[in-house]
Amino acid sequence: MTAVFKNPVIRWIDHRLPVFSYLQHEANDYPTPKNLSYWWNFGSIAGFMLMVMIATGIFLAMQYTPHVDHAFNSVERIMRDVNYGWMLRYLHMNGASMFFIAVYIHIFRGIYYGSFKAPRELLWIIGVLILLLMMATAFMGYVLPWGQMSFWGATVITNLFSAIPVVGDSIVTLLWGGFAVDNPTLNRFFSLHYLLPFVILGVVVVHVLALHRFGSNNPTGIDMKGPQDSIPFHPYYTVKDMYGLGVFMLFYAFWVFFAPVALGDPDNFIPANPLSTPEHIVPEWYFLPFYAILRSIPDKLTGVLAMGASIAVLFILPWLDRSPVRSGAYRPAFKRFFWTLVFVCAILMFAGKYAPANYWLPFELTIVPPEYMAAQAHLESVDALWPISFAGGHFGIQIITLGQIATVYYFAFFLVILPLLSIFERTLPLPLSISKAVLESHGGGAQSSSAAAKEKA
Amino acid sequence: MKKRSILLNGMALVTAVVAVLFIAAAPHEEVDIPKETWSFQGFFGKFDQAQVKRGFQVYKDVCSACHAMNLMSYRNLAQIGFSEDEIKEIAASVQVTDGPNDAGDMFERAGKPSDTFKPPFANEQAARAANNGALPPDLSLIARSRAGKGFAGYEGADYIHAILTGYKEPPAGFQLQDGMNYNEYFRGHQIAMPQPLSDGAVTFADGAPNTLEDESRDVAAFLSWAGEPNLEARHLTGLKAVLFLVVFTLLFYAVKRKVWSKIH
Ligand code: HEC
Ligand code: HEM
Repeated sequence: MTAVFKNPVIRWIDHRLPVFSYLQHEANDYPTPKNLSYWWNFGSIAGFMLMVMIATGIFLAMQYTPHVDHAFNSVERIMRDVNYGWMLRYLHMNGASMFFIAVYIHIFRGIYYGSFKAPRELLWIIGVLILLLMMATAFMGYVLPWGQMSFWGATVITNLFSAIPVVGDSIVTLLWGGFAVDNPTLNRFFSLHYLLPFVILGVVVVHVLALHRFGSNNPTGIDMKGPQDSIPFHPYYTVKDMYGLGVFMLFYAFWVFFAPVALGDPDNFIPANPLSTPEHIVPEWYFLPFYAILRSIPDKLTGVLAMGASIAVLFILPWLDRSPVRSGAYRPAFKRFFWTLVFVCAILMFAGKYAPANYWLPFELTIVPPEYMAAQAHLESVDALWPISFAGGHFGIQIITLGQIATVYYFAFFLVILPLLSIFERTLPLPLSISKAVLESHGGGAQSSSAAAKEKA
Repeated sequence: MKKRSILLNGMALVTAVVAVLFIAAAPHEEVDIPKETWSFQGFFGKFDQAQVKRGFQVYKDVCSACHAMNLMSYRNLAQIGFSEDEIKEIAASVQVTDGPNDAGDMFERAGKPSDTFKPPFANEQAARAANNGALPPDLSLIARSRAGKGFAGYEGADYIHAILTGYKEPPAGFQLQDGMNYNEYFRGHQIAMPQPLSDGAVTFADGAPNTLEDESRDVAAFLSWAGEPNLEARHLTGLKAVLFLVVFTLLFYAVKRKVWSKIH
């Protein structure tokens, strides 16, 4: 297994500790399907973002003070007085958003191309675990600057745990380290916010180990059948990843340098004040779909359970979608439902942003409060309004209704549509091999006959 | 694989449209804040130093009677073109409490450039007592915290300008509470701050025009600078970063084409 290296020092080390052989094998020769599309770039981009977050985070932590009286001002000191502190902070702040963008695309890619199916179930489950850890990390990080939204976001979210029967209140007390969100909360969140990214790093290593067991899936969803289907990772995918990374960094740089607070909430520029509740408490954009699911159910405990289930359902996805065909490219019905899911997640994000009682007037591109709709309908009372309204010629849907419809679809997709599709869908014939598919897509040849969909391991 | 399903593209389009709706659909605001043009907006935006300097004068002569700016020190004024001597003079015009000295006593001394702007009130209670129970907020970050749904972050300046020029006679039938003032652009239209600026309220050291409009714009520019003193560095570094990344990306694009030409 050990490779032969020219450099005698490397050879000496490698003989005793085969790290170079390992790297050569896993990062250089590593056979990869030759037909990966740009959707496959987002894994390495997510890894890059993790590195950026850790690097900027460590430098921020050198100047940051985790105390309720000093946290806000210490962050402003970083912004004003630390050399390039503003850049570190904007990189970190927007980096969290970029990290989530990359990971969400990565996950949707996995769903579309069936990357979660055998033999990659564990790889997928580890990925969902990374998502959960990221969410916890980002949530606690957002509390650190101790602005109004930090404080009230922390209060709302930690309070959710109190819905859990019997142990709920004890959990909340444990999270708070007292009887309200206060200094002990900030301290433990800082400690955990520093710790969790390194846990994520460890889990990412396991994720990559699991990946390298069977290699990448690909747009056809069929396995590599021999050397004609694969190319070495280096240089082909290293250069392609670098090119993709360049495009992504341009996107990232746009936010950091030209719209650094556009993704955040202006209320977080007001120091936390436990005595003054902001008008709207909204989480960061990457939590909005989950927030919408939470709020679409009036009962607190059920809402919390639904929010948890919206992620939990991803863990069992490999056993919900049993279609033998991996790739959505050969699943005409699945494709439709998949893009509807993407659309529905956008709706959920939208619904999470605005107060549930408000109406959305789709044709007027605006959100109006129920009082406005009541006035249009010449109603005395807001209670007399319907979830869907045509008041005064305005067509409006209540935000909560929108969220409820979307929530139903979200769960139906995973729990009903996918299992049924696995049985009833008529899939298209698969290409015989990856290299055949590549040739065809370059204008060659005849309609392919079908190949065995997926080889069980 | 070659025939892209129309549906696939269709759904992608719908998603994109929703994304746009999501950005475009703003909650029905009671009032629209008028959009102004500022020298510091856009990719190449820079502060107009003379304007920011005048804005500081408005703050010093008027706003500082009620509003603190805890994040600003006199030394920061060097960035907007005040000389070292001018800064010393401005700082020395206030008396601050320092100490304890060797005898254990607190003492008064003239301000130094390293001091933070002297706040008008000793504490929140004193500030409220002097203002009819209302608290004049610290202005260091006001331009940032009032940026609303703004995208680029300079919308806070629009808001400040709007508030300062938005004092009107209340419309007939409007119930104005005691000690409150009618303002077209404030949420709920009742603001505890009495109209602070008017035509000629400040006489600028540089002799620039001093209508209400000018004063409001100048102080809004000053507060935008105070909210983000590093804005210019951000824009400049950003342009360099983008330039570098464009070269980086094109380079790897070319290499990628070259390397992959053997496969295709
Ligand atoms: C007489 C005292 C006083 C002076 C002078 C004064 N303010 Fe105010 N200001 C207040 C008070 C009180 C409030 C709180 C208003 C409220 O919450 O209703 C306030 C609020 C504000 C707000 C926040 C409005 C909001 O959205 O909450 C801004 C911005 C502001 N002042 C700017 C200025 C500027 C700029 C100047 C100088 C040109 C100035 N103020 C001078 C008393 C004053
Ligand atoms: C998974 C990786 C990480 C994510 C998703 C993340 C996310 C966040 C977020 C969303 C904020 C709030 C930003 C703001 O609004 O100002 C934040 C702040 C912070 N983070 Fe992280 N972070 C990560 C890693 C780290 C690491 C590894 C460290 C330290 C070693 C760190 C240290 C800090 C500090 C000190 C702050 C407060 C300063 C500030 O608010 O800018 N972070 N983080």
